[in-house]
Amino acid sequence: MEHIRTPKVENVRLVDRVSPKKAALGTLYLTATHVIFVENSPDTRKETWILHSQISTIEKQATTATGCPLLIRCKNFQIIQLIIPQERDCHDVYISLIRLARPVKYEELYCFSFNPMLDKEEREQGWVLINLSEEYKRMGLPNNYWQLSDVNREYRVCDSYPTELYVPKSATAHIIVGSSKFRSRRRFPVLSYYYKDNHASICRSSQPLSGFSARCLEDEQMLQAIRKANPGSDFVYVVDTRPKLNAMANRAAGKGYENEDNYSNIKFQFIGIENIHVMRNSLQKMLEVCELKSPSMSDFLWGLENSGWLRHIKAIMDAGIFIAKAVSEEGASVLVHCSDGWDRTAQVCSVASLLLDPHYRTLKGFMVLIEKDWISFGHKFNHRYGNLDGDPKEISPVIDQFIECVWQLMEQFPCAFEFNERFLIHIQHHIYSCQFGNFLCNSQKERRELKIQERTYSLWAHLWKNRADYLNPLFRADHSQTQGTLHLPTTPCNFMYKFWSGMYNRFEKGMQPRQSVTDYLMAVKEETQQLEEELEALEERLEKIQKVQLNCTKVKCKQSEPSKHSGFSTSDNSIANTPQDYSGNLKSFPSRSPSQGDEDSALILTQDNLKSSDPDLSANSDQESGVEDLSCRSPSGGEHAPSEDSGKDRDSDEAVFLTA
Amino acid sequence: MEFAELIKTPRVDNVVLHRPFYPAVEGTLCLTGHHLILSSRQDNTEELWLLHSNIDAIDKRFVGSLGTIIIKCKDFRIIQLDIPGMEECLNIASSIETSQWRLSYVNKEFAVCPTYPPIVIVPESIDDETLRKVATFRHGGRFPVLSYYHQKSKRVIMRSGQPLTGTNGRRCKEDEKLINATLRAGSRGYIIDTRSLNVAQQARAKGGGFEQEAHYPQWRRIHKSIERYHILQESLIKLVEACNDQTHNMDRWLSKLEASNWLTHIKEILTAACLVAQCIDREEASVLIHGTEGTDSTLQVTSLAQIILEPRSRTIRGFEALIEREWLQAGHPFQQRCAQSAYCNTKQKWEAPVFLLFLDCVWQILRQFPCSFEFNENFLIMLFEHAYASQFGTFLGNSESERCKLKLQQKTMSLWSWVNQPSKLSKYTNPLFEANNLVIWPSVAPQSLLLWEGIFLRWNRSSKYLDEAYEEMVNIIEYNKELQAKVNILRRQLAELETEDEMQESP
Repeated sequence: MEHIRTPKVENVRLVDRVSPKKAALGTLYLTATHVIFVENSPDTRKETWILHSQISTIEKQATTATGCPLLIRCKNFQIIQLIIPQERDCHDVYISLIRLARPVKYEELYCFSFNPMLDKEEREQGWVLINLSEEYKRMGLPNNYWQLSDVNREYRVCDSYPTELYVPKSATAHIIVGSSKFRSRRRFPVLSYYYKDNHASICRSSQPLSGFSARCLEDEQMLQAIRKANPGSDFVYVVDTRPKLNAMANRAAGKGYENEDNYSNIKFQFIGIENIHVMRNSLQKMLEVCELKSPSMSDFLWGLENSGWLRHIKAIMDAGIFIAKAVSEEGASVLVHCSDGWDRTAQVCSVASLLLDPHYRTLKGFMVLIEKDWISFGHKFNHRYGNLDGDPKEISPVIDQFIECVWQLMEQFPCAFEFNERFLIHIQHHIYSCQFGNFLCNSQKERRELKIQERTYSLWAHLWKNRADYLNPLFRADHSQTQGTLHLPTTPCNFMYKFWSGMYNRFEKGMQPRQSVTDYLMAVKEETQQLEEELEALEERLEKIQKVQLNCTKVKCKQSEPSKHSGFSTSDNSIANTPQDYSGNLKSFPSRSPSQGDEDSALILTQDNLKSSDPDLSANSDQESGVEDLSCRSPSGGEHAPSEDSGKDRDSDEAVFLTA
Repeated sequence: MEFAELIKTPRVDNVVLHRPFYPAVEGTLCLTGHHLILSSRQDNTEELWLLHSNIDAIDKRFVGSLGTIIIKCKDFRIIQLDIPGMEECLNIASSIETSQWRLSYVNKEFAVCPTYPPIVIVPESIDDETLRKVATFRHGGRFPVLSYYHQKSKRVIMRSGQPLTGTNGRRCKEDEKLINATLRAGSRGYIIDTRSLNVAQQARAKGGGFEQEAHYPQWRRIHKSIERYHILQESLIKLVEACNDQTHNMDRWLSKLEASNWLTHIKEILTAACLVAQCIDREEASVLIHGTEGTDSTLQVTSLAQIILEPRSRTIRGFEALIEREWLQAGHPFQQRCAQSAYCNTKQKWEAPVFLLFLDCVWQILRQFPCSFEFNENFLIMLFEHAYASQFGTFLGNSESERCKLKLQQKTMSLWSWVNQPSKLSKYTNPLFEANNLVIWPSVAPQSLLLWEGIFLRWNRSSKYLDEAYEEMVNIIEYNKELQAKVNILRRQLAELETEDEMQESP
């Protein structure tokens, strides 16, 4: 709190990004965790919450007659422009935010103060929801070829690896330790994914310290062991995900890549994914394009191409496709590395696993995948996403790119994923939000030392609790698209990769489709479920009544029997009242429901059903487009992702036409 | 449009009629399709029957909630109606006021304008002789006609050819009179010229031109540049080439997409249509649209504005009617424009994918409002196919007069009669459709405009997985409907049984 110079500024204007002439007047609050803007307008009192940890840059712009503009760019691609009347206040807010957005200690992060009102037991349960031991078991490990190694207990061999590691059975501790000494940051080859069907595996490591001529017997034995663990193939692919030039340059620093002459039975392959610095600049360029005020089509496409972003996405996908094919079609194991083996390697291994194994395309499976390939294998979340103040050159959208790859696949295979786009967007949001402990620190070792699991909550439990919001209505476990490997076309289809406006322009709601097919179908499915239950209940009641009536009729018939002349009529009568006859009656009704039924269906399918738990992502729209604005829930108690509603109103698109 | 549709309040009680030299009469006012009738409750008092077409002008006045309408008739009579209730009074006034449109048969023999249909809608006060004069002042004889009447704001979209002002700024009083007749006293309108100012100015050298502000003081002219002819055709050729070329890396694809300019054209057309819709719905101003001939970009804009404004044009029948009205009847030269497509080497200067661009724009709006259209993407693709090659007569010829000469109605089948068969319609019906009676404002930001894969990548990639997804969607909705029907039957049955029960229990 000591960093907040001014906790409250009045008469601040929040500028509408779409039509800059319009602005909402309100009060700005700085709290220990959030910047909050509350509109004065008594009807709405609309609140905009921004987590300090989401703030990427703060820019003080030249003072104008109306006040002092402050531009805040967020890591979740929200852009907030405030105009503060007094230059002094503006400066205070600016200085405060600069400090608040760059915490220096983990303890300052939101997750240490965030309390979702769960008891200790619930918190613990949350942390064991995703269990990697279970995951390896699911893969079919340990088995005759692979075993759990305890060589890294207490992080003795490699401090950025987890303690639980699978290695080939024939790889002795001696081989492992020897190999680790020949690899950058001692990240020796270990198993990432095991493909049960044909024993092929995906392994990962860092680059070898080969320099121009160095070799290491143990490392060569290690690769041999990986090959032997796959009896179906007589070679191992070694995939270096870097461009060849970068890898060669590394040789001068005593690092480099495997020499095919030294390793028996390997096939070496470069893939050419650029490094974190290139990726950071590429995203920067693309975001500049997204930020352009009413760009022309050419400005946009030209800028998108110039950023190179989609080219990089394609490179990562291509690498994943190559590996998935090698494993599933050639039955060959693959060792993947880049330099340190924690960025490109994580991207490529997880894309390949996702293509190979339908389990990773389910809600829980996807959480497991991130837990395994990213969190446990020491992807440096803290450095890459700038959770704590650090070297800006370490920041890079590595996992963002992976998340986008998944989205690109979802566009190609709409029925193959159990989760929807919102799930990906929320994960991206929370990687930066620091609201949950999952993505803190740079390694498992650091997280254990900080006792993250005892002091923070797990995102996975939060997402799992709200899983209804994240389901893809088109997913069906028995659908052919959900089975086996995803096969992408072999011809190079560049047009497959599209700009993801749902992510990078997600706060410009006017740019998004105004009606969400996903939400519509989810509402239909929900109604279907209610109908199924009602149908069952109705059938039950009908049966009961019919039984009663049957009895009644029998009784009545018996009573009336004396008055009847003939006993036959009785039996006829009772047959006429059997259920079979009613089903004949049933067919005689028109198949289209009567007016009452129509009213009912209209009632059930009102927009109220199209809800979502986090207000930012609802398929909202304005009155004009015929869909109620659904983002009316304010983030009370900070339980949900903060409100990211961009404050668009029904007039805002118009300016586009007039100014365009 | 029938006048009867415009009547909001057909009956008001306690209306007082004042006429010179007669005592005031109190009675009930009725509006019918043709007459304004006032009937007193006394038997012997005369009733007033006034033909709407006799009304020359009206004035409204209010004293408190008592409204007064003064009707000035064409036979010089002036009568006064006192109507209690502000709303009733306004409704009556607006109903009799809007009878300012009529059907004109001036083009019966296609003599005035060869590209117009025999019947057009024009302002009531403009006679056929005036129309003939205006036709000589507009390109191709295309005098301004009604394209769309927006009920909510009571404003209209009109379309025409360019005015033939030439270099010496010729004017035409009848033309000014005609388009001013569509404005209410004191209100202003917009003229949307679908050419850039530069192009419009150059057109004067060839005898064309644009409306000079001095001669049309009630109109504000806005230029919205939309490309035409070979520029569009080249754009299509480049786009299809880019889509077929699969050898390049990611960047080359994007730059080829950009270089084709196809999406730029989409953005231009949609932006102009949104502007028109905005004028009509928000500014509450009427709009006249034209480019040069008024047969291409003009029709793109008028028809897209209707998609945005008019819920009916988003239904299957409404969309068919829109194409019939705004494209076929309005004289879009399909034969010339769609003679060849992207692969042909012999390029004719009148070939242009004008209609395909329109369909693409509709697809863009459909993508942004996936639940607001009764038809689906397949319907648009089918129309594209038939515009270029068809076993039906619907898209043959360049105008209604050509189709008449060819006796297409006698010799060929109509596409609509085939499409509208229930068995065919099911393929074109959007399962997500829920009637949406509002104006839908699409986004024209580049981020919101996508390549129409269903047309341009149709033969370049497998659509297996996308088709499966569509099927899945249909199944989800069909199953829901099925259950709904079942539940309704059971509910009824149950209700019947229960009443039966009660009857049995309490005889």
